[in-house]
Amino acid sequence: MTAASILKIAVTSEGPTLADPVDPRFGRAGGFVVVDLASMATTYVDNGSSQVLAQGAGIQAAENLVKAGAQALLTGHVGPKAWAALQAAEVKVVQGVEAMTVGEAVAKFKAGEFAFSDAPSR
Amino acid sequence: MIIAIASGKGGTGKTTVSASLVSSWKRPVLAVDMDVEEPNLHLFLKPESVSSEAAYLEVPVLDKTLCKQCGACAELCQFKALSLMGAHLLVFPDLCHGCGGCMRICPEGALQKGQRELGAVETGVTPGGIPCLTGRLRIGEAMSPPLMGKLRQRMHAQAAKESLDIIIDAPPGVSCPAMTAVQDADVVVLVTEPTPFGLHDLRLAWKAFRPLGKPMGVVINRAGLGDDRVHAFCREKGLPLLAEIPFRRDIAEHYAKGGILAQLDPGLRATFEDLAERLERMGAEVNHA
Amino acid sequence: MRELVVISGKGGTGKTSLTAAFAHLADNIVLCDLDVDAPDLHLIAQPAVQRSGPFMSGHGAEIDPAACSGCGTCMDVCAFGAIHNEGGRFTVETAHCEGCKVCVALCPEKAIDFPDRLCGTWYESDTRFGPMVHALLDPGQENSGKLVTLLKAKARERASALGLDLILSDGAPGIGCPVISSLSQASLVLLVTEPTPSGLHDLERVAELCRTFRIPSTVLINKADLSPEYQAAIHAFCQAREIPVVGHLPHDPAITEAMVRGQAVTEGPDTLFGVQVRQIWSKLQSLLEAPSPSRSKESRS
Repeated sequence: MTAASILKIAVTSEGPTLADPVDPRFGRAGGFVVVDLASMATTYVDNGSSQVLAQGAGIQAAENLVKAGAQALLTGHVGPKAWAALQAAEVKVVQGVEAMTVGEAVAKFKAGEFAFSDAPSR
Repeated sequence: MIIAIASGKGGTGKTTVSASLVSSWKRPVLAVDMDVEEPNLHLFLKPESVSSEAAYLEVPVLDKTLCKQCGACAELCQFKALSLMGAHLLVFPDLCHGCGGCMRICPEGALQKGQRELGAVETGVTPGGIPCLTGRLRIGEAMSPPLMGKLRQRMHAQAAKESLDIIIDAPPGVSCPAMTAVQDADVVVLVTEPTPFGLHDLRLAWKAFRPLGKPMGVVINRAGLGDDRVHAFCREKGLPLLAEIPFRRDIAEHYAKGGILAQLDPGLRATFEDLAERLERMGAEVNHA
Repeated sequence: MRELVVISGKGGTGKTSLTAAFAHLADNIVLCDLDVDAPDLHLIAQPAVQRSGPFMSGHGAEIDPAACSGCGTCMDVCAFGAIHNEGGRFTVETAHCEGCKVCVALCPEKAIDFPDRLCGTWYESDTRFGPMVHALLDPGQENSGKLVTLLKAKARERASALGLDLILSDGAPGIGCPVISSLSQASLVLLVTEPTPSGLHDLERVAELCRTFRIPSTVLINKADLSPEYQAAIHAFCQAREIPVVGHLPHDPAITEAMVRGQAVTEGPDTLFGVQVRQIWSKLQSLLEAPSPSRSKESRS
């Protein structure tokens, strides 16, 4: 599967810009940087509404991501419930994205260096 | 009459005291183990003919043919057990708290009653003829209170039908599960040990249970170990000291064999008979008030 | 970053006392008390609080008496028995309110508020053993594991900021939500047990929990000399489940004597017991340094 049909991706992030480090968590991440791949314009989606939940943070995060219009997600790892939610919304997921900046992650994605996951990693 | 044996700190001797109290109780009694995460009372009372019945929580099941994806259920659910993702309404039954709100609010009747297994309620009778009820949480089930609710229903039904007093072995702590366990009690017994951890957690328990307005008393286990600050605390707060069980190696070894302390020697038998009498009097005062 | 989480299933086996001793023996750690229901580690660590804050979780329903028409719909729909009718006045008993919002949604007068709920307080402190993160849940609150998760995140942030690479976490008894949350991202779990029927029974349940979440674990038998029979039974169980036993400790008043002095058992005068604890800590350090087993592709059941 190539990146060709995807217009907007979300990267879990510790901050609002491309220079910020990737946050490996999904449900409890502080937010996502949503990138329009054509223009490289970015918006930041605050994920606080997920962090406040005792349980189901990943599901809320999935809802936040879909509302922001992202078609793919780059993150460290996704749990089974969040996975089910993302699958239902037909969002493609790349896991194992960590120890780099959001900008670096987006560049690697555009260069075709990532493979989409076929299962949640934990 | 209902007596709950609780504590702030784990491992102070709730089950030890419950088992001995049950075996010393003069009136017909039902022994209930409400520590559903780690039920241990049966290891000492050793009930026989144990039958186990699975307990379930009512959770929603979706009939996709009726769902119009309006999202009202997902909007209402505080626990993310329902989520509208694109054209799909997803149900996550293990996040459900069983409030039934989604089923009430669905305009299409698309959510029906399904179930999630909470664990089991076990019933048995000791060789001496004492009925026992145990709650056992399924491993991986995160919530205790729903199973405790089922256990409480069975407990009240059986006690009413057979005219039994109830002795409840409660879970440790002062959060939701512990409060759930003591809510029906006429008298709450706080078991502690005379150490800094014991004192700290006794104070937490006293603060937590006091607003319930139930008569409380303290049993000091492993007396002689540690210091006397627990005694001072009880005096300061006007908490009756109902019994003291000494810290003795042979007692610890008897416990380690699954033995009931009240059966170890005449001194301990007398200690628990006195405790039973005092609690019966405290309970009777509540019922006549 | 490594995290050692100390749990037991059964209460009173010595988790907190031993965690304090390891904290004393270790260098460069962040100490974390995850038993938010009945925390005791601070009684030995004696933390100086640097920062604290409210722990908010969920919501509670509150009926506005001015707007209430007395229809009783709220009481009919409440699945938790939290609403009472006191002579026509309907009120919510906060202790039983699950925060499900059903009454709020179905009240015909929209007379029910749904404010955020204050459930406890978290603390970031300094101790003679290193920085410490701890909390206290208010009585009767749901112990969902969210506060545990918050503390673990704070411990990690603190460790990162200070360049420390080991978190020592004292866990809660049981197998419920707070224990499940304690296990998240743990490098190694130490299961502290005692050779008694309850000790073995509860160890079996908590070991199963660790197995389900695929966390490497090791067992310590405390008060080991109480029962050779149960000691053997615990060994047999560990062997069958392939869980290594890191060691044994005898039933020794030294732990309580140290606790009364406000010290870890390895502080103060040398005891044989203290020497044995040091040996166990040494073994735990080796286990923590070992590379963690890969568990990437398998999904959790």
